[in-house]
Amino acid sequence: MTGDTQTTEAAPAKRAGSMGVARNLGLVVALVILCGVGLITAGDRFASTNNIITVLSLASAIGVVAIGMTFVITGGGIDLSVGAIVALASVWASTTGTQAMAESVGWIVIVTTAIGVGIACGVINGLLIAYGKIVPFIATLAMLASARGLAEIIADRKTQIIRDQGFRDALGARPFGVPVIVYIFAIVVIVGWFLLNRTTFGRRTFAVGGNPEAARLAGIKVQRHTVYLYALLGATCGLAAVMLMSRTQTGSSTHGLMWELDAIAAVVIGGTLLSGGRGTVIGTLLGVLIFTTLTNVFTLNNLSTSVQAVAKGVIIVVAVLLQQRLANRSST
Amino acid sequence: MPAPLLQLTGIVKEFPGVRALDGVDLVVRAGEVHCLLGQNGAGKSTLIKVLAGAYQPDEGEIVMDGEHAHFADPQAALAAGIATIYQELDLVDGLSVADNIFLGHERSRFGFSRVSDSNRAARELLVSLGHPEIRPSRETGSLSAAGKQIVSMARALSRQAQVIVMDEPSAVLDPDEVGGLFRVIEDLRASGKAIVYISHRLEEIRRIGDRLTVLKDGRTVAADLPARETPTSELIALMTGREVSAEYPRRTTPLPDAEPLLVVDGLGRTDEFEDVSFSVRPGEIVGLAGLVGAGRSEIVETVYGARRADRGTVTVDGRTLRRGSVDAAVAAGLGLCPEERKSQGLVLDEAVYRNISLASLPRFSRFGATRDSAERSAAHEASRTVDVRPDDPDRVVRTLSGGNQQKVVLARWLLRSCRVLLLDEPTRGVDVGARSEIYTLIRTLADEGLAVVVVSSDIDEVLGLSDRVLVVADGRVVHSGPSAEIDAHNVLDRILASNESSHESEGDAA
Ligand SMILES: Nc1ncnc2c1ncn2[C@@H]1O[C@H](COP(=O)(O)OP(=O)(O)OP(=O)(O)O)[C@@H](O)[C@H]1O
Ligand SMILES: [Mg+2]
Repeated sequence: MTGDTQTTEAAPAKRAGSMGVARNLGLVVALVILCGVGLITAGDRFASTNNIITVLSLASAIGVVAIGMTFVITGGGIDLSVGAIVALASVWASTTGTQAMAESVGWIVIVTTAIGVGIACGVINGLLIAYGKIVPFIATLAMLASARGLAEIIADRKTQIIRDQGFRDALGARPFGVPVIVYIFAIVVIVGWFLLNRTTFGRRTFAVGGNPEAARLAGIKVQRHTVYLYALLGATCGLAAVMLMSRTQTGSSTHGLMWELDAIAAVVIGGTLLSGGRGTVIGTLLGVLIFTTLTNVFTLNNLSTSVQAVAKGVIIVVAVLLQQRLANRSST
Repeated sequence: MPAPLLQLTGIVKEFPGVRALDGVDLVVRAGEVHCLLGQNGAGKSTLIKVLAGAYQPDEGEIVMDGEHAHFADPQAALAAGIATIYQELDLVDGLSVADNIFLGHERSRFGFSRVSDSNRAARELLVSLGHPEIRPSRETGSLSAAGKQIVSMARALSRQAQVIVMDEPSAVLDPDEVGGLFRVIEDLRASGKAIVYISHRLEEIRRIGDRLTVLKDGRTVAADLPARETPTSELIALMTGREVSAEYPRRTTPLPDAEPLLVVDGLGRTDEFEDVSFSVRPGEIVGLAGLVGAGRSEIVETVYGARRADRGTVTVDGRTLRRGSVDAAVAAGLGLCPEERKSQGLVLDEAVYRNISLASLPRFSRFGATRDSAERSAAHEASRTVDVRPDDPDRVVRTLSGGNQQKVVLARWLLRSCRVLLLDEPTRGVDVGARSEIYTLIRTLADEGLAVVVVSSDIDEVLGLSDRVLVVADGRVVHSGPSAEIDAHNVLDRILASNESSHESEGDAA
């Protein structure tokens, strides 16, 4: 080779994405440590098949939202309204009207209503942000307030019981002893990974989040893409509402409280950059599992939720500090 | 003469408070390299952004292939066959090289990206540009500025465009790589493409250009001049409207016989550079010559403490600086004007004067509160000395032209009264007129007793400006001596000689 070699390869060679491996490794270590603590403190109560299935089903609904959130954050945005959208979708899909319709047409009506409401909210968020030029924080804060409010109006502050037998049968099933919602979560993770890493849509998401001006100059319709991202997150919120309804058999305006924070925390400790341009679905999956396992270990040991909250905060900080170390080491 | 491929008439573009384009005409034919010339802020980049669909013109018309064209967005211009390499590097750092090249027209089937396919196509493009060593799977953010420029070029080529617009592509390349760029341009010309080429280096325009158009203050002042024959003095007069001396301001008084102010001894960083020693006396200008990637920027950054030295010492006025401490360097009176202005230097959404005074805030504050008027007027004066245009200290830096942004960073370090000034590529992207003013200014500062270190890829500039020159190749100083005793050819010979010998030793080791 010629002298050109040094000019362009001045920095040590680095593959795109290799940093992700180091990151995920740290998370896996954290998860293993957490499981160790669970084993030591709660023994068989922690390691039982039943408990593991409980953890997974608890992780499923919030996990689906966190995968959607990964796309929005990678694309340079943020969405504070996810919990409220979940509530609205669950309430809307469980109103007596919807359930009556489901009786004649089938449980699929409930599912499509929930997802449809989620997408509609996401599209509104996206339009306000991309074309209305409202910063994501504010636009979705407004959605948080109004979607939750609308859910309360529709539900009249009452919890709605889901009576539709078809819905309960279809989503309450447990093939091979594992609840359907866990399968749904697994499918969302796989599809999400493909979408982000193996498709044109994913590439454009990185570009829009990493350098919107460059994306625009490369001929990408940045505004339209932004709307797609929020709509996608809205759809996952709708799906999460369905999963929550199947687990709790209810629709309620208090579903999904504080989910925005849990989802963002999982995404960020997973290694997705809050400033956009870098994101990892696997990291988010690990982040969600870490939080749910943590809650589980605390519950098994009868520790209060307040202690849990403190521990969560500490974990967020430690995880992010750890990642920065690892990332620095692998990049120098 | 072939019919025009592209014809722009009476293009007007206004930004709040500025008429950036005020009736520009441009005619480009197939199979020619058409150069655009003009001072910083003349409107060159704005014009090509109109052409690329990134801006909408307020007036005027574009005719392409004999038909009226309207480019509502960059997509439309790309579809019509106009690809652009922008002045600001416009890549997404987090994506791989191949992803950046095919961004917006990804190689995919039913929306699924075909990774191996696009990696192969990217490799072919990089090889055709003479850079097989850039791997398509590599993360773009880890490339040097020159590497990124190559990727931008590959991206423009990947579009199979009829017209390829290049806005100062050579600014971050060294002479060797500019040669590679020109070979690519010649191939494109031979295959009947049209190239619009922007550069502040007249010698490049002589080498590669066919015809040229000169812009001044947003207007076309001369069109269709022959690029090779038009005399330099005429071009400069057209661009600036005045006479500019092409001479470097030589030392007028003999160097006072003082102790060295800055002494660098045995400085080294593993894998970057080795055993660098030199000293600079007050009033002296020392130049670091060499190719891009030779390690010159790394050397000055290490002297400044921005990178931690593994070996060696930096001494200012007899006191040795703590390794890897910018604070210690600044306290000792060092100032560094970095190479990468955009990422290292500027707060783009702040006013010009605030960017300039950023490094000297303590001087303008009393008990922690800044004295705005003093800050503003001192900064304004500094911006005038480097000729920032327009002359408005309250303007947001983002809205300045590329060359004027460079001048703002330079002004910052001139305002800060340093004792030792390290300048990395002080005239990159700066037009001829302003360049000669910057030279004079650097010389004046030296005459006032500053020790100055200048890094530049323009060998003539290093030699013309400095009293003594160090030639750096492959992270080692291969020559040092008075600038007057060496010429550009000699410098290149020494660099090449050192490359060869180092390759031989590599061969022995293998
Ligand atoms: N986005 C913007 N908003 C406001 N003014 C702008 C904007 N972009 C450019 N300008 C102004 O338009 C004028 C032309 O700028 P342009 O970038 O086209 O110059 P240029 O010829 O490319 O200069 P250079 O050689 O320094 O790159 C300048 O006065 C600049 O300040
Ligand atoms: Mg420009």
